[in-house]
Amino acid sequence: MSDNILEVRNLVKYFPIKSSFFKRVIGNVKAVDGVSFNIKRTQTMGLVGESGCGKSTCGRTILRLQEKTSGDVIFDGQDVFALSKSDLRKMRPRMQLVFQDPYSSLSPRLPVGEIIGEAVREHGIVPKDEFDDYISRVMDVCGLPSYYKERYPHEFSGGQRQRICIARALALAPDFIVCDEPVSALDVSIQAQIINLLKQLQKEFGLTYLFISHDLSVVEHISDTVGVMYLGNMVEYAPTEKIFANPLNPYTKALFSAIPIPDPDYKLNRIILKGSIPSPANPPRGCKFHTRCADCKEVCRYAVPQWTEVEPEHFCACHLYNDAAAQKKAEEEMENVKRSEKEPVKEAEVL
Amino acid sequence: MAEKKKSSYISGKESRKITKFNRKVTKKLEKERADANKDPNLYTTKMQDPDNVVEFDNVCTYFFSDVGVVKAVDGVNFSIPKHSTVGVVGESGCGKSVTSLSLMQLLQRPSGQTVGGEIRFNKGDGTAYNIVNTPNVIMEKLRGNEISMIFQEPMTALNPVFRIGQQINEVIELHNPEMSEEDVKKRTLEMLELVGIANKEGVYEMFPHELSGGMRQRICIAIALACSPTLIIADEPTTALDVTIQAQILDLLQNLKDKLNSSIMLITHDLGVVAGMADYVVVMYAGRVVEKGTAEEIFHHPAHPYTIGLMKSKPVVGQKVDELYNIPGSVPNPVAMPDYCYFRDRCDRTCARCKGEYPPEIRISDTHVVSCYRYYDEGTPLGYPKSVNVEELL
Repeated sequence: MSDNILEVRNLVKYFPIKSSFFKRVIGNVKAVDGVSFNIKRTQTMGLVGESGCGKSTCGRTILRLQEKTSGDVIFDGQDVFALSKSDLRKMRPRMQLVFQDPYSSLSPRLPVGEIIGEAVREHGIVPKDEFDDYISRVMDVCGLPSYYKERYPHEFSGGQRQRICIARALALAPDFIVCDEPVSALDVSIQAQIINLLKQLQKEFGLTYLFISHDLSVVEHISDTVGVMYLGNMVEYAPTEKIFANPLNPYTKALFSAIPIPDPDYKLNRIILKGSIPSPANPPRGCKFHTRCADCKEVCRYAVPQWTEVEPEHFCACHLYNDAAAQKKAEEEMENVKRSEKEPVKEAEVL
Repeated sequence: MAEKKKSSYISGKESRKITKFNRKVTKKLEKERADANKDPNLYTTKMQDPDNVVEFDNVCTYFFSDVGVVKAVDGVNFSIPKHSTVGVVGESGCGKSVTSLSLMQLLQRPSGQTVGGEIRFNKGDGTAYNIVNTPNVIMEKLRGNEISMIFQEPMTALNPVFRIGQQINEVIELHNPEMSEEDVKKRTLEMLELVGIANKEGVYEMFPHELSGGMRQRICIAIALACSPTLIIADEPTTALDVTIQAQILDLLQNLKDKLNSSIMLITHDLGVVAGMADYVVVMYAGRVVEKGTAEEIFHHPAHPYTIGLMKSKPVVGQKVDELYNIPGSVPNPVAMPDYCYFRDRCDRTCARCKGEYPPEIRISDTHVVSCYRYYDEGTPLGYPKSVNVEELL
């Protein structure tokens, strides 16, 4: 067994845009455009970014809820996308998902016991005669009294519903849970309860989380490593302490400076980004962030930055941290693009 | 558990009785409000302090629902000084939005009614409107002109079938009927420029779906500011937006406030946003104000156990803790509020006095007021929040 429970290599997910009549593919929404990372066993990786940057799509594609366009996802030594249907079914209980909105992700027609137990029965996790006890135990672990079993989701508050969602995922005894914004629909005091519950469960059962969120203070609290995404690309990846102490990429810097701090004396040194996130169907050429970047150089507009290890364990994709060789390569690429622009025939081919 | 079931159960007979009573009360209140020729003396009062834009004085807003009266806002006291930002913080369901809707008289009618207290809105000439008694005709002139509101979800606040330009024009035309069409358009374009939209002529012709969330919120701000209101109510203006866009919008609001000389009532559940923006902070819990003071006081010397708990339960960047503090339990049922301190059952610092009735407001410094018995001896008690007996309304 290797150290990493999950390895994602160059994962790409495009959604085709079809023309209205002939249903021809006329373009692609590049939701995830080459993302790589590893998650170690019993650790939490935080995935942050603005809405529309592809972090949720990334999470769903890893679980193979959607087919990939290219790239590899290795879960515990097995390629998730190479599995047959029946093998995938066996794999399913080991990787689970907690959704963002606890109001819409629970069936209003099923009682809580059935919501949590449905998958347990389907996958035959426990023998039939132990089923009831097992569900009660799972609910107990998640802080739900077992007499809630007969009740329906509408009788619960947001925090309790999120507990039900977590219990549902936990009932299958998974190794890996993707938490897709599990606390952003909840109030601050309830948020704290759910985060504590997630942390406590992690310690107890040795879970691994991929924690997707846009709330940076929550991510800092819960994660061991953090990946920052922008427009389908990972722009920075490092252990939590490193990335918060010393963000390298200009986008990460701007993102972190925008976190509101609950202290009126704190002098906000906000880097205010101009404009909004470009369309992922037609992303800018070169570095995707160059349209909003304060430190934009000429190279940035033409050449795609390389994924480099700037400090040990601290990865970043930005031309500012190019070494001599990478700089040379980027400049060559820029020249190539410039040359091809002058020859319109070639550009037509590219399009 | 059996007891719990009993308390929420209502027989058909009781239910019919409640509905009949509700219909009677709301009909009476609605009739009063629809009276266009009401004597102006009935809704004109004086400000307690002429430097305030709005004073909430023991405001009670109740919802007459089929399971009983929900006291969404029950005896709220605070004021908004001129040219300042007041942040109202609290969990969802604590009545912060209902407070602002009471001021705008935009409550869900007829079930939602402001039944008691005074909301004084400064006219600027020494007198004030008492919004609680002001008839609809007058309110129509105030709304959007003197007081305007920015809503949480910019997509639902804008009309999807009208162009951006038309939607901003509408506000200006309504409140300035004497303006010519060209003047209105000129003013609209000015507003678009003011909120930082570069391509104003282009955006004028666009539909809301063509814009991103941040741009839409800018349009909502433009609509709210079109008539240079004296008070802007921002109801969770950045909750639906990303962090980087949130920074842009908050920056914009702060700048525009200074430019237009307005006051802002900022409603939010994000303590970080309040700390960066507000001069004064009001903390609400279960329909009542539990603590109010300057931002400095609330964030550096929080007094009420709820405020302290709220601060501790939010993770802060740069401060590592193993486990977040969480406030045990949940908010009491709004239909049957206890007769003692609403926070007592969740509080970890109760004292002997807490067994008594709901605590009075206690002044612990010139600007800092808290509703908690722990400060009863050191501070000056000001008075108890007064509920309205709904039976007496008929």
